[in-house]
Amino acid sequence: MTCLRYLATVWAFILSASALGAEEEVVLGLSHNEISINTTFDGSEILLFGAIKRQVAIPDGELGVIVAIEGPKEPLNVRRKERRLGIWVNVDAVEIDSAPSFYAVATSGPWSEVLSEVEDLRHKVSIPRAIRSVGAPSTVTDAQSFTDAAIRIRTANGAYKVREGAVNLRESTLFQTSIALPANLTEGSYRTRILLTREGRVVSTYETVIDVHKVGMERWLYELSRNQALLYGLMSLFIAISAGWGASTAFRLMRQG
Amino acid sequence: MQIYLPIAEVSVNAFLILGLGGLVGVLSGMFGVGGGFLMTPLLFFVGIPPAVAVATGTNQIVASSFSAVLAHFRRRAVDLRMGTVLLIGGLFGAALGVMLFNYLKALGQVDLLVTLFYVVFLGIIGALMFVESLRAIRRSRKGGRATARKKHNWIQKLPFKVRFRTSGLYISVIPPLLVGVAVGVLAAIMGVGGGFIMVPAMIYLLGMPTKVVVGTSLFQIIFVAAFTTMLHATTNYTVDVVLAVLLLVGGVIGAQFGTVIGTRLKAEQLRILLAVLVLAVCAKLGLELLLQPSELYSIGAVTP
Repeated sequence: MTCLRYLATVWAFILSASALGAEEEVVLGLSHNEISINTTFDGSEILLFGAIKRQVAIPDGELGVIVAIEGPKEPLNVRRKERRLGIWVNVDAVEIDSAPSFYAVATSGPWSEVLSEVEDLRHKVSIPRAIRSVGAPSTVTDAQSFTDAAIRIRTANGAYKVREGAVNLRESTLFQTSIALPANLTEGSYRTRILLTREGRVVSTYETVIDVHKVGMERWLYELSRNQALLYGLMSLFIAISAGWGASTAFRLMRQG
Repeated sequence: MQIYLPIAEVSVNAFLILGLGGLVGVLSGMFGVGGGFLMTPLLFFVGIPPAVAVATGTNQIVASSFSAVLAHFRRRAVDLRMGTVLLIGGLFGAALGVMLFNYLKALGQVDLLVTLFYVVFLGIIGALMFVESLRAIRRSRKGGRATARKKHNWIQKLPFKVRFRTSGLYISVIPPLLVGVAVGVLAAIMGVGGGFIMVPAMIYLLGMPTKVVVGTSLFQIIFVAAFTTMLHATTNYTVDVVLAVLLLVGGVIGAQFGTVIGTRLKAEQLRILLAVLVLAVCAKLGLELLLQPSELYSIGAVTP
């Protein structure tokens, strides 16, 4: 354990030493670092505000800030329809190994200026990089179009979003942005990253986790449905039967009265 | 008013769901169908995940059918003996259908098969009912009394005859048992109570009077839907009780209105309305298969 920590420290030192402008560091504040899903939950907005701490004068080069929030990852099955015998049928399928359930990224400027291609590849910041897809079946020659489709569908329903220029950077020192989380949020740890770049190169990163979880009745019902499935099913039926009986009786009384 | 559903993991407008439940409830009370064939697509439309929509829909069907069947019981419009015979066949058929469903799933393309089943069965039943009820209405317009439906001779010849007093029938138990099995299989594959198949089968195959058919169908649907709900709750964990409560509050009230409307309409009118409804759903599903979808790709969960 001590050995591992030692290695990690050395690794971190090497990383920071190798990066240009290691004397710049991100300090971050979050409006909330946990989100409770209760009955009236209707989406949430996270306000991120931070500062860039420096030991020296502001170095040269265009400064960029990237904020990325990433939901729990899961494998996906993307299918494509084709016309067969006059009707549209699912023909090909490609499995995506790991795709976040939610992904939002905001930048302080145009994408090409704040992050170079090489750095994107290393840190997996842009949406296509955040999705990992391996091996399509040999019948599929255009596996990339499946990944593109997954991104297109998720962008259309608001699960993935890129907001260029949404991070407000002031005096090369203070920055702030807000990221809206949709109402159909799933539970889990949302990895939140801040990347500080100069001339497209990452000079400092900061990482934290926003915890999203159900509370109160939502929590109780969810746990019951998983751990006491039989009881939960019977409870659902009991509610259904009594509601049916209740309505029937109420209407009869109303008609008589 | 927005409400977050714990199992579906989406936030929905509570009044929209109440309205949906009410609408399907009215139809359920009027026609004696559980309404599953309407409820499930409507829930997809408002953004409920399909698995949750199917499972929760069955729970809501239990409530609205129970509410409606009580009203039919008071009017002595439930043939308990016939209902029990159909139910025995139905549960057997449902178990058979689940096995068939899993087999088709292993082959892939289960979604397509379900849709094809819908289109074919809704199409046939809707068209038959529409033509038959139009003919009946024309007959009654002419002033002549509607002639009694012809009973199939081969059905009369089968053994194990039982008297179904409420329906005024003296027939073999074999046809109702087979109808029950067939409906059970279809119900398991299509994820519905099966009322829209059961009702016409009872009218046209068994020759039961329309007024008794509705109550008896509802009686049988309660049990099939309850059975399906338990299966979904214990194996897929997809029954959302909050969604179910919203649907059934609307549903049970709607079912009461539906029953009242149903008693005021003539049997032929009732049948033609149901036929139009069935054909409309069939046309919508059929078009989905024929027209090029705007998005060719779809995202699904990985099956382990």
